[in-house]
Amino acid sequence: MLGFTSKQLIGVGIFLFMIFIGVPLIIGATGRWDFYFTLTSVALLAIASAGVWLTFYIGRINIGQGAFALIGAYVSAILVVKAGWSFWISLPAAGLFAAIVAILIGLPILRLRGVYFAMITLVLTQVVTLTALALPITNGAKGISNIPLPSGISLFGIPILPDFAGMENTKLAFYYTACVIMILTYAALYRLVNSRLGHLCRSMQQNEELASSIGVNISYIRIVIFAISSFFGGLGGAMFGSIAQSVYPSSFQVADSVNFMLNCFLGGLGYVFGPMLGTLVLYFGWDLLFEFGKYQMLIYSTVLILIIRFLPNGLLSIRIGKGGDK
Amino acid sequence: MEQILANGVYLGSQYAMIALGLTLIFALMNVLNFAHGQMYVIGGFVTYTFYGQWGVPFVLALVMSCVTLAILGALIERFLFAPVIKGSAREESTMLLAAGIAFFLDAVILLVFGEKQRGVPKIVDGVFNYDFRLIMPYDRILICVLAILSIVAFIGLMQYTKTGRALRALAQDRTAAQLMGVNVDRYSMIGFALGAMLAGLVGGLLVTITGVNLGMGGPTSIKAFMMVMIGGAGVISGAIWGGIILGFMEAIGLAVLYQYGDITYLLIFVSLMIFLAIRPQGLMGKPWG
Repeated sequence: MLGFTSKQLIGVGIFLFMIFIGVPLIIGATGRWDFYFTLTSVALLAIASAGVWLTFYIGRINIGQGAFALIGAYVSAILVVKAGWSFWISLPAAGLFAAIVAILIGLPILRLRGVYFAMITLVLTQVVTLTALALPITNGAKGISNIPLPSGISLFGIPILPDFAGMENTKLAFYYTACVIMILTYAALYRLVNSRLGHLCRSMQQNEELASSIGVNISYIRIVIFAISSFFGGLGGAMFGSIAQSVYPSSFQVADSVNFMLNCFLGGLGYVFGPMLGTLVLYFGWDLLFEFGKYQMLIYSTVLILIIRFLPNGLLSIRIGKGGDK
Repeated sequence: MEQILANGVYLGSQYAMIALGLTLIFALMNVLNFAHGQMYVIGGFVTYTFYGQWGVPFVLALVMSCVTLAILGALIERFLFAPVIKGSAREESTMLLAAGIAFFLDAVILLVFGEKQRGVPKIVDGVFNYDFRLIMPYDRILICVLAILSIVAFIGLMQYTKTGRALRALAQDRTAAQLMGVNVDRYSMIGFALGAMLAGLVGGLLVTITGVNLGMGGPTSIKAFMMVMIGGAGVISGAIWGGIILGFMEAIGLAVLYQYGDITYLLIFVSLMIFLAIRPQGLMGKPWG
């Protein structure tokens, strides 16, 4: 249908096998149960990073994904705690709410380009944090804590998803959930990039005026893309709030927004799976360096600087070799 | 009212200096320097070490802040930014580098200076008091005057010296400047060093009043971004206007809305977004700078 080569199919197969069967086996063998939480975080951050990557696909640098992740986390938390919704319904609702906010904010700010857009989105993260502090429904600095674990779902009496609260190993359950959502996100992203819309996005990335002059409705496309991107952000944030069982205005800050951007840049902006790899390397690397105590930040940032110094086009650019620019 | 205006001038002059350094680096290299706030913090700590710890005269400590940051800026440009800009397929890679440097400087500050809030003894004692309508400590007035003098000196440098002319040419059009015989690599380095030096100078000046701590870097960078956006990226007059406007907005907001806490900043952010929706390039900026 999309013309996968057998090599690609094998690659996807190995990848799916690794995350669903390989990782639990390895963790079971080594006994490092804390890695579940790390890998779950990687999967969720990768979802939000996918959104940042998508905005880059239309030539905008988005440093505001933390804002939408925070919005998503709050919407889901409020729906579950105050309105008594099921988490599984609040999850898409959180994504949709983030997307609607993105459309409203995007209408004015998507006219900005380059550094201006980057700076205004950075400011946006700060705005959402301050709003969360000021609004009564978000409970100010105290945040919303004691969010119940996701409840089970049953359709026509047949249980589809089990109740998380009754489970012995919620870590594993959350790991699988996060992985499934991440795979769906990236599958959607891959499909989007290889569709007509994806081609239009690439034309906008190169030159908006030119794209507009040959009949591409650029203002419509950039709103759609920004909304999808924020949907991913809201989804990732909502899931995160559910795992942590609490949301605070400081759950997603400017530093998180910058990290989402770093994930994309590090993985390579030209590759759909770049943000996933970037998130894995950055977050996992950060976690592994924990043993170095106070030197953690120093080593982490040094490695980061060295990577960008010698591989300025991202980690995935190694395999193209020389002369393979763009 | 007089008090609010005086506070506005004081805040505005500090902010304008921070924004000047950021906008200079942006104009020359098209680099959004995320590490600007951290450079400011380092400047503060250097002055703290020399003046507060070792008892060196304040002016000398200030000069040391400038020199340290200028050298740091030059090294960062020469060994990190210049090669990355040359080797990267996309200009935006420099953002990742800048963010990496911001993390790195944060780590260095934490290891070398620790995470405590540091302050230095007052440089001048006493408070200026005009009929209880305008109260301002003398050291604040001195810092404000020093900041304004530095801004004037900076503008003079940019307008009337050979270096300044070369830097302005570079900001206008890199290729054309190169064709006119400007040594592009060298002046990029000088420009970056100058921008970093300005950050260090403000840090050194402000340590006498607000003190300095590790966490100041990030918020300072964000404020600098806002000023640059208000005034227009890469334009020197824009940075000064942006600094003054933000300084006054903060002074007025904090005076009028002080019982609501952070609402001042929220209002500033929201009005900035509305302003940018109407005028995306800022007050003085070129479209799509």
